[in-house]
Amino acid sequence: MPGETHFLSATEIAHAVGGRALSAVEVAQAHLARIAREDGALGCWLRVDEAGALAQAEAVDRAVARGDHLPLAGVPVGLKDLFVTEGLETTAGSRILAGWIPPYDGTAVARLRRAGAVILGKLNMDEFAMGSSNENSAYGPVHNPWDPTRVPGGSSGGSAAAVAAGLCALSLGTDTGGSIRQPASLCGVVGIKPTYGRVSRHGVIAFASSLDQVGPLGRTALDCALALEALAGHDPLDATSIDAPVPRYTDACREPVEGLRVGVPESFFCAAGLDAQVGALVRAAIGKLESLGARVVPIELPNAEHSLATYYLIAPAECSSNLARYDGVRYGLRVPSGDLGQMYKATRAAGFGPEVKRRIMLGTYALRTGYYDAYYLRAQKVRALIKRDFDRAFEACDVIATPTSPVAAWQLGERTIEGCGDPLAMYLADIYTISCNLAGLPGLSVPCGFVDGKLPVGLQLLGPPLGEANVLRVAAGYQRATDWHTRHPASTVGGAA
Amino acid sequence: MTITPEEVRVTAELARLALSDEEVARMTRELGAILGAMERLAAVDVEGVAPMTHAVALDCPEREDVVGPQLGAERALAGAPRRSGQFFEVPRVIAHDKEG
Repeated sequence: MPGETHFLSATEIAHAVGGRALSAVEVAQAHLARIAREDGALGCWLRVDEAGALAQAEAVDRAVARGDHLPLAGVPVGLKDLFVTEGLETTAGSRILAGWIPPYDGTAVARLRRAGAVILGKLNMDEFAMGSSNENSAYGPVHNPWDPTRVPGGSSGGSAAAVAAGLCALSLGTDTGGSIRQPASLCGVVGIKPTYGRVSRHGVIAFASSLDQVGPLGRTALDCALALEALAGHDPLDATSIDAPVPRYTDACREPVEGLRVGVPESFFCAAGLDAQVGALVRAAIGKLESLGARVVPIELPNAEHSLATYYLIAPAECSSNLARYDGVRYGLRVPSGDLGQMYKATRAAGFGPEVKRRIMLGTYALRTGYYDAYYLRAQKVRALIKRDFDRAFEACDVIATPTSPVAAWQLGERTIEGCGDPLAMYLADIYTISCNLAGLPGLSVPCGFVDGKLPVGLQLLGPPLGEANVLRVAAGYQRATDWHTRHPASTVGGAA
Repeated sequence: MTITPEEVRVTAELARLALSDEEVARMTRELGAILGAMERLAAVDVEGVAPMTHAVALDCPEREDVVGPQLGAERALAGAPRRSGQFFEVPRVIAHDKEG
């Protein structure tokens, strides 16, 4: 059908626009129209930059006509609102940054633009990337396209839901404890968190600096590989950026899975919170990899069970420091109140939501004199043990396969403190994703089935440092052999998707 | 280890957060529950383990000591809630309570 571009892959769009079979402008227009029609019921977009997107698309069409090769020519992209964008409001999902117009583009955004991507706008998220359901956004929740009464996961909830609903072909998210992989799993898309330092964090609003990493979400592993080729690589503007060559991830995606060793930590399947259907689907996916010629090897990650406690000390400690900069002086909200100290406190009290305040308090407490050794320092030592487990495991395997999330998408309100009274219920959604961040490894989620035939489930694949190529290769091989990713949620306004 | 309302107030002061009495009560309860779950780390044997501060080994990279592209004062000040000329303007730092 002419104009039906919304479930084309990024690879297909780039090929068609690069070959002038489609124009970047018509792809952008089709997606903008679809956002206008579908997003009212989903809440993925905090702002759509129609004029900017069309101007970019026109520039891409001109460049293609000149003969430029653009790897992401005309690919419509959405950005988590944690990425600063020159001239386009950026809020991090927080009231404290409402109305802030950044004066520059971050490196990841600049690299996407340079590769020919067309940025459609900014996507909803948990405030400052703190959350697992997108319910901590100051601008309202995102609804899961597969069932709008359910959460999309978080914190990159808008990024995952927009890709799942065909509102953009690719999106950017960030992952500090699972914030790309977990919503990818709950929305039935692919999301990869690269090795710590693989993608520059320049121009990404910081949450926990020893854990944060940028990555793409798409409907296929090949699309994520294409995006990662554009994003990865050394950046002098990020001191933690790794100076290592960027492999051809798209080539890796075309290599067979045969002969790779897939490590399976049996203990992950015995966790109390694991839904039986999720466990069975993930085991079936591992069986599928075996049938494709991979060799399954049992591995042990004995300290992984301490990941949650370790993470919820380290991440809040780092966030309490990073978020000190929101004080009403240089940008964002200011609540006038007496002297300077009172102004700080009043501004932060009014600007931050409850979960952000909780984590700032937790982190400040864990760093206090008298508590530092017992909490923060001890957590950093346990972190070293978790990393050591992975180093040993990767001597025996090339990738590790686990569930991404212990459960499929839950009902809005079901796990919030207001909804269930337990501040830990939401944190438990991250049990399988966190250890990867603590160890700094690449991790990916790929759709591997549906609970009750309707709610997506993700298989998580982890690799050793800079092992993105094999992680993408396994995911792409799995997608060639399965069709989960070819199913799409129904339109939110009735009729066929 | 439990956290007391007084510790919550001191921590809030350090974190530059104004909390209402109701928030202090709620925060005491919630942080207590979270810190309780962290207690498990006390049982992990970390004897002789060096703390891990970053996921990858970092050698602090140095750059040439030359001025690169800068935002410039106007653009840097464009988002300021209040400015005065080329400066961010803030309320007085020390209250004038000693004058009286």
